[in-house]
Amino acid sequence: SRPVSSPPTRRKAASRTAPDQTPESEPSSKGKAPSAAAAAAMESVEALVAHIQGLSGSADELAQLHGLLKQADGDALRAHSAGLLPFLSHLHPGAHSLGYLYLLDSFVSSSANLRAHAGGDLLVTVADFLTSCSADQIRMAPDKFLNVCRVLKNEVMQLNAPIRGIAPLRAAVRKIQTSSEQLTPLHAEYLMLCLLAKQYKAGLSVLEDDIFEVDQPKDLFLYCYYGAMIYIGLKKFRKALELLHNAVTAPMSSLNAITVEAYKKYVLVSLIQSGQVPSFPKYTSSTAQRNLKNHTQIYVDLSTCYGTGSYSDLETFIQSNAEAFQTDNNFGLVKQVLSSMYKRNIQRLTQTYLTLSLEDIASSVQLNTPKEAEMHVLRMIEDGEIHATINQKDGMVSFNEDPEQYKSSEMVEHIDSSIQRLMALSKKLTSIDQNISCDHAFLMKVSSSDLQMYFSFLPLCCPLLFSNKCE
Amino acid sequence: VSADQLDVEAYAAQYSGRTRVARLLFIAERCGVEAIQLEALRMAHDEARAREDTVLYLDAVLKINSRLGPRYRHDQAWVDSVNRRAEQRKEKLETELNGYRTNLIKESIRMGYNDIGDFFYAHGHLSEAFKSYIRTRDYCTTSKHIVQMCMHVILVSIELGQFAHVTNYVSKAEQTPDTLDAVIVAKLRAAAGLANLETKKYKLAARKFLETGPELGSNYSEVIAPQDVAVYGALCALASFDRSELKSKVIDNINFRNFLELVPEVRELVNDFYASRYGSCLEHLEKLKPNLLLDIHLREHLGTLYNDIRHKAIIQYTLPFISVDLNTMASAFKSSVSMLEKELAALITENKIQARIDSHNKILYARHADQRNATFQRALQTGNEFERDIKAMLLRANLIKHDFNQKNWPGQRKMNL
Repeated sequence: SRPVSSPPTRRKAASRTAPDQTPESEPSSKGKAPSAAAAAAMESVEALVAHIQGLSGSADELAQLHGLLKQADGDALRAHSAGLLPFLSHLHPGAHSLGYLYLLDSFVSSSANLRAHAGGDLLVTVADFLTSCSADQIRMAPDKFLNVCRVLKNEVMQLNAPIRGIAPLRAAVRKIQTSSEQLTPLHAEYLMLCLLAKQYKAGLSVLEDDIFEVDQPKDLFLYCYYGAMIYIGLKKFRKALELLHNAVTAPMSSLNAITVEAYKKYVLVSLIQSGQVPSFPKYTSSTAQRNLKNHTQIYVDLSTCYGTGSYSDLETFIQSNAEAFQTDNNFGLVKQVLSSMYKRNIQRLTQTYLTLSLEDIASSVQLNTPKEAEMHVLRMIEDGEIHATINQKDGMVSFNEDPEQYKSSEMVEHIDSSIQRLMALSKKLTSIDQNISCDHAFLMKVSSSDLQMYFSFLPLCCPLLFSNKCE
Repeated sequence: VSADQLDVEAYAAQYSGRTRVARLLFIAERCGVEAIQLEALRMAHDEARAREDTVLYLDAVLKINSRLGPRYRHDQAWVDSVNRRAEQRKEKLETELNGYRTNLIKESIRMGYNDIGDFFYAHGHLSEAFKSYIRTRDYCTTSKHIVQMCMHVILVSIELGQFAHVTNYVSKAEQTPDTLDAVIVAKLRAAAGLANLETKKYKLAARKFLETGPELGSNYSEVIAPQDVAVYGALCALASFDRSELKSKVIDNINFRNFLELVPEVRELVNDFYASRYGSCLEHLEKLKPNLLLDIHLREHLGTLYNDIRHKAIIQYTLPFISVDLNTMASAFKSSVSMLEKELAALITENKIQARIDSHNKILYARHADQRNATFQRALQTGNEFERDIKAMLLRANLIKHDFNQKNWPGQRKMNL
């Protein structure tokens, strides 16, 4: 087998390599004697690696390097991708990100390579790369970057260790985003890993950014769906509802499965949050308005049943449709909907009564015993959903007013920051509006429709001139 | 006057024409007391026979069901002879009308259609009567003709139950350029009130009835009696007016006082309500209820009206107080404390009373919302909603800007994740 030795040209650039250079290892040649072509290929790879090391400095150099890499991409790299791994050790993921990326991408694109290295250090290598790569460089080859990320995700899923993918993917998301408002395909992948690993808080760091730019609608739907599931896991139903609302009302010309599932959860979370499902706002696509309910009939029926206010009816309905809910993986949510009914009924009581006996609470909310009523009220007080005190001696509950006086300094800060946020948002809106008003296409459309209106009125004014021969 | 004391004769004497028979039949249908039922049916039968109205006659006979002896059994011979005569008359009228039509004399044609309309009406063919009356419209030359036509149409429409037409033709009649006779004005108001009552517009109905002049008297007995105007007007007013309107339009209304004198019980209960003697007011209402249930126009609306009046009473009762002892209130309203508590809870939920119930001590406390806190809360909430909506909108705008089309998904990008 051919010994791997550094060709003379590389010694010059030796100082640029990373200090934690791993020892050179044998290439995985699978026992076959490499042909002359393979040897030549290896040499060209070495040359390429040298270029990478040499040209990873300024922007001009990078552009040149990019050209070289694109040339080499294809047969040169792919045919001998198995041998690429050791070369990576000569490169620094941070300084030579672009070149590293090309090599890595080539390597992981072959499933044979992946199988050979399954469970090994490959995962660590990729993870390291994602965390330490340079954002500017990898943005020059986004597709390859995304491919590498996807491979990482698949690997951790196969290993049943989604948690290993979280940190690297989070870093990856930040690197490939041009701004924090941009949605990338990685967002959905990242959130999915968080969900599988039950690391909901990790998901929050990405969800907290507002998204305004979307390149691919499919990314958006998955992002909204997974994001909502994370919020549901954290019981932040209002934020979950926002995301689901976006998924349901996004412009679409044909229905997709993600939206259907999103709508199912939308119904359930709406019921938990506010006790009713709002009707479609008028900007919802007509496709969604016409078809969504047909695909989610039991959920629509559930919300009608909820509206009657009867706990026992709702319970019966849920039991009889339990299987369907289970297949949709929504049974947990459905149970929360059921328990929210008690809460809603108890909350209504706080609006009407100052004090009420536990017995009366039990009977009006359809609970079986005053003890159960006490338990529910206690839990609601602990969760901060109502303000009340329980007098056990008399079996009475006194409902109190919300103690918030809007006078504390925290409240003032909260209000102030809200105002700032809204002003910024408003400014953004105005600037977008101005941009649209100056847009050429918009102006064309407006003036032509005005003209159309003018011409449509003329026949009414001069019926003699415009006889039926006109269109 | 409770149900078993209803004087059917006196009641029927207030009305004339078809409505007398219709009302009698209605009473017979709804009244539970057999004696009154039979009395009403007997009178209906006699009246129908006298008017030679076979449709109503057959109806009465069917309902009597041989309970009143041989004289009230189905007399097919009589029916046939009446029908024959009616047929003959009809042919005669139609021939006459055709004659007039060929002669093209407007006035004769108009009168011809009128006569036919009258004929159909008398024999119970209401939709034909309606059509005939409508056709006179093209031949009306003076406003008097128009008014006459309107009155006919109104009469038929009321019986047909088509109250939209009633309102329509009332306004047509009121719009004629000539000043109308006071009686006609009163009739029109009463008819309009009736139409509003039947279409559940109680406030408008009250206003119309209250504007009905005393000239009405018993001139409109083929539709409505002056006692009815008083009862309908007072009940609708109680259910829908606020205190100031009640005072100015009902209690201080001199014209309406004439009507109220005819039904002293109703006058008493209106005064009781205004003077906050709710217990006595509700008692009067309960006493009147069985008879009012037998009224052909009021029956369906009685439940709603009574509920509204009771709720208004409760709301008015609680308005001046900071705290109200439910026991006292229950005795004032003659109901149990638990029933009252439930009613109050319902009213509070509907936001008609601003109060909260202390169920432990059975006291109702008035509750005035803290404006300051409410304002803060609303402001913060509006801010949140604004933020949420704008963000969603910007996102959607972006999606549209990239002109997304799901058809473009496959193969859109090299790397399809």
